[in-house]
Order: sequence, then C-alpha cells, then structure tokens
Amino acid sequence: MALSRARALFCRSFSTFASHPTHICVVGSGPAGFYTAEKLLKALPNAQVDIIDRLPTPFGLVRSGVAPDHPETKIVVNQFTRVAQHQRCSFFGNIKLGSSISLLDLRELYHTVVLAYGAESDRSLKIPGEDLCGIQSAREFVWWYNGHPDCRNLNPGLKATDTAVILGQGNVALDVARILLRPTSELASTDIASHALEALQESSIRKVLLVGRRGPVQAACTAKELREVLGIKNLHIHIQEADLLKSPTDEEEVKNSRIQRRVYELLAKAAASGPPHSGTGLRELHFVFFRKPEEFLSSVDKKDHVAGVRFEKTVLEGSSPGKQIARGTGEFEDLDCQMVLKSIGYKSVPIDGLPFDHQKGIVPNISGRVVSNVSGDAIQLEEGLYVCGWLKRGPSGIIATNLYCAEETVASICEDLDKTASESFFSSPKPGREGLIRALDDQNVRYVPFSAWEKIDSVEKRLGSLENKPREKLTTWEELLKVAME
Amino acid sequence: MSLFKLSRNGVRMIKGLFIGKSLLVTKASQVRGPFFKYLRTLPQAQVQVLQGFKWQEQRLYSTSGPQNGSNEENESKETISVTFVLKDGEEQQIRVPVGMSMLEAAHQNDIELEGACEGSLACSTCHVIVMDMDYYNKIEEPVDEENDMLDLAFGLTETSRLGCQVIAKPELDGIRLAIPAATRNFAVDGFTPKPH
Repeated sequence: MALSRARALFCRSFSTFASHPTHICVVGSGPAGFYTAEKLLKALPNAQVDIIDRLPTPFGLVRSGVAPDHPETKIVVNQFTRVAQHQRCSFFGNIKLGSSISLLDLRELYHTVVLAYGAESDRSLKIPGEDLCGIQSAREFVWWYNGHPDCRNLNPGLKATDTAVILGQGNVALDVARILLRPTSELASTDIASHALEALQESSIRKVLLVGRRGPVQAACTAKELREVLGIKNLHIHIQEADLLKSPTDEEEVKNSRIQRRVYELLAKAAASGPPHSGTGLRELHFVFFRKPEEFLSSVDKKDHVAGVRFEKTVLEGSSPGKQIARGTGEFEDLDCQMVLKSIGYKSVPIDGLPFDHQKGIVPNISGRVVSNVSGDAIQLEEGLYVCGWLKRGPSGIIATNLYCAEETVASICEDLDKTASESFFSSPKPGREGLIRALDDQNVRYVPFSAWEKIDSVEKRLGSLENKPREKLTTWEELLKVAME
Repeated sequence: MSLFKLSRNGVRMIKGLFIGKSLLVTKASQVRGPFFKYLRTLPQAQVQVLQGFKWQEQRLYSTSGPQNGSNEENESKETISVTFVLKDGEEQQIRVPVGMSMLEAAHQNDIELEGACEGSLACSTCHVIVMDMDYYNKIEEPVDEENDMLDLAFGLTETSRLGCQVIAKPELDGIRLAIPAATRNFAVDGFTPKPH
C-alpha cells in the first residue's frame, strides 16, 4: 500500500515537473478555502496554489462569523497562516470574482479553479412586511459586531426598544442572543468591533425571544452554545413546560441523536431550575417553540417600521424521526417588538458563468466537481472547476466539516489531474500566478498580498493592546486598504 | 534547476519509502482491512452497536517494551506505547511520554491528526477512536465541554475521545487509537453536518 502510494506520488510529480507546475486558484479564504489549499499543497508536490478573496483580510467567517467571545475557535488561523506562508502558496486579497476578474478569465489562467466563496446572502421568509425597518438578518448583525467592512454602518437601533425577536434557534441565533444579553464588561476584553461594543453598552434590550417553528427536540443549536447562553449572569430563562412534552416520535429522535438528546436535556434542566425571581437590571431570554412567522406588523405612527410579528402556532407532523415538519394550526398570536433578527440560514450568491441550483442555493456538484448539465443519464462536468464548503454543500456545519469537505474535493481534483496526465503527457501550460498579476495590473486592481494582511494584523493587535483587547479590528474598507497599501 | 528539483524530489521520495518501511508495524490493509472499511462506512447508529466489541487482534500487536531489558524498562516508566491507526488503515506505533496528550504526541511524530484549536477544547478535529473498550474505560470520563465537541465529531463512536484530552499514563500502555477517515462518499454516507 505504501509502495503503491509512493509510486503514484512519483508518477504524478514526475509527469508534472517533467512539463510544468499545476496552477490552482482557490476562490475564498475561509476555512473551506484554506483547508482546500492545505490539502492541495500536500497532495500535489508540484502545485502552485493561489487563494483569492474579495476582502483585504483572509480567514472568512473565522474573522467575521465566529463570535468575539469564542477566541479558542479562532486559533485555527495559526494553521491557515502557515498554509498562506507556504512557499508554493500565495494570497491575493481585495479581488472580487466577477468584477476584478471574471470566472472565465480565471479558468483560462489556471489549470484548476476551486470555488469556496461561501454564502454571503440570506434566505428570506417570503412573508409580508419583510422589508420593514428594524428587521435585519442575523448575518448582517454578526458581520456588524465582528467588524466586517460591509456592515460597519448597520445601526441596529438597540436604544429604541427593550425587546428583540430572533427568528431561528440555531447557533447563529444563540450567538446573537448571547451578544445582546451578555454583560458588556465581559465583551470589552474580546476582539468585538468598538462601534458594536459602544452600541451594546448603550443598548436598552432587556428581553430576547428565540422563536422556532418546531420544538425543543428539533432545536438546531449545539450543546456548547446552549450551555453558554444558559449560563449568562443575571439572565432569566423562560421555557414553557408544556413545550417540553415529547411525542413518541420525539422520544425516538432523542434516542437516536446524541446531540439532540443533550440539547433537549439542557433545555429541560433550564426550564426546571425554578421560577424567575425579580430583581433590578435583570435580563430575560425566552425560548418560544412551535411558532411560525406569518407576517411582520408595522407600527401605526411609523408605517415603515416593524412593531410586531404575527405567528401561527404549529404542531409537528410526520412520524419518521428526524423528519417531522411544523404545520400551522390556524391559530395566530401577535408579539410586540421593534427589533427582529432573522436567523433562518445563509444563502450562496451565484456568479456569471457558474451553474447554480437556486432551489438548494448551491452549485450542483459530484464530490466537488461542478456539474454543468444533466440530460437523462449523461452528466456533463465543467472541466477544471470545483467547489468546496458552503457553496458545495449548503450553509451548515462547523469549521471541521470543511476539513472533510476539502478532502473530498481535493481527492476529485487529484483523480482528474492524474487522468489528464495519463491521457496526454504534455498537458498545456497555463500562466497561473504571473498571468493573474498581469490581468489585475491591466484592470488597475490593487491586490492585497499576505504580507500586507500581516501589516493590518499587527496594526490591529497594537490598537487592541491599548484597549486590553486581543485586537481592535479595522472596520472600513478605507482603513484596511490604507494600512495594507502603505 | 529542474535537475536539482528532480534529485531533491527523488531523495524525498526515497526517504518517504524508508520511513514507511521502518515505522509501519503492520500492513493493516491486509490484516484488518475488511473490518476497518466496514467500520468506516458504517452509519453512526450501527457503529454504536459495536460498543464493547473487543478487538481480537489487539494482543497480536500490543507491544510489550518492559520485558525486553533493563534499558527499556527505565524508558517504559516514562513512556508508553501508542499505536495510531491512520486514515488509510496503516498503523504507526510510537512511544509517548507519560503526561503528554495524544494530540501533541501525534504532532511530534508527524502523524496527521488535526488540531485546529490547538487543544483548547473548541473543536473536534483531533477526534480519535479508542479501539478497545478496556482502554477506553481506563481514561477519565470526558467533561461536558469535551462531550459538547464530541457531539460534532465526524464518525462518532461509543469509544470516541478528543486526542487533546487523552493524556498518556502507564495504564494506557498499548492503547490503539484510530483516526476516523473522511469517507469518499461524503455526501451519501448518511452524514448530516450540524449547524455550527
């Protein structure tokens, strides 16, 4: 086995360096992009891997998604930094696929292009009133407190009301609830954006409702996040005892899924931990189950602003465990609130020249190979084009999920390159990195190399040390590019 | 230039072969391949049924350093034998100093075990499967935080642990740890990633 592997490696490296290096471009520098690059560098000794990103900063959601009070989760950037510093790897920030360079051009320049640009949009509920002021997506709110330059000016209006409704009960919803409810003194020493910290310090939000269509057994969060939010100081947790009753199908689900069992147990324990006692400055977190948003209600005096949400009560339908869906009962209930955060899922954005499944919000693919056309039994693949991460499998999973996802995509790439190499010994050379730099120069696009990101990084860390924070993020495009280009 | 590259690559490859021969204790693909593949492709629920299943081959490969002489006896007081079953089914046996975590030990020996959060209990990438229930029972119970991470581990089994939380101690001498393989059938293996 070791021998055959070594032989395959030998053949591969021999056939490639006998001719020319394999140029590979990875679009997106989040976990999916970096894990893909890392595995490519390991698997292909003669590959040159370039990672491009539309932001001047690398690491995608590790920087702008992972909550500021989860510094341990961000440690993975150490590993990604080592990948970026690899001698056969380069980072090009500030390059937007589709405007700085087209997908078509990129595929001309590189033997292989891997798209790992994630999901930068949101699913919508498609119910009346969704455009009202005061309704934002959790993604935008997360970008805002994490200092993403595109949401610097979001202004979530935390002073206007004391109640926020979060639609959804996944980990993003829990993150958002925690940031809204956690004492700001505890957030002050994190890398939270300073504009967000100031707004949260002045926030009048005292009550947060997390609303889910289904029950506590189906809650999409993980035990870690739930344990954290339940443990916030001076926070009263409200859960209706009746909601905790389990149907036989629920019992089956809890039995079959360790994670659902542990989440349910935490919720049940929190519900049983005694009636709330009154006090000053107390905050409340309500878990509201079996409610489906029906319509956003506008206020009488400010017609363009949200004043409440009308929910339809639901019951679970279906008897196969894990597949129960929420069905409306026709009974409605209005909830007053002037702030709504929709945390119902991210959505990938299609680009020109890329096959896209609008229903699923992903690029159709087979083990990472982009499928251009399916007619009958014949499946047509886009040669040299691959996907990884959320664009490939949809917006779910943890950082580590991308590890396995990248392994699969890289296995497909290696298999295809081997096939090409055996079919024609001298495959055509491609310009790769040099060609990319030339094309960007022609377009007057100024890219941010990894060394320039390191400048941003050190400035942020220096600014942070003055505030006793691990870093103070630069949160506007101007600041970021100014420091990068200095 | 390319000649230089060729020779450098060649040397690396020969080195790779050499390391392969000297370190691999068994060719797992031959001896225990079928069962391994079975384990790897099993849906989670079925794997759980296997709890308590004792690996018969265990005895064959457990190394017994202590009996081999006084020199090694000294050494074995401070180090234990640990065998990693790698993703491709091959095995690598190493000696781990008492007190060191399996994650650290793997990294010191160039064993490909991820450690995204560098042992701070914030990820599940150093997931290992303890291959013998007896050994599994000798390790301290996982704390809530480790269980929270194991919830999300890829290919979880009843004897799964995080490598960063398994610390070498004399009772664990001879332990065998499998690194779960990402199956090639990522999407069709019944694996549904949980939202993060």
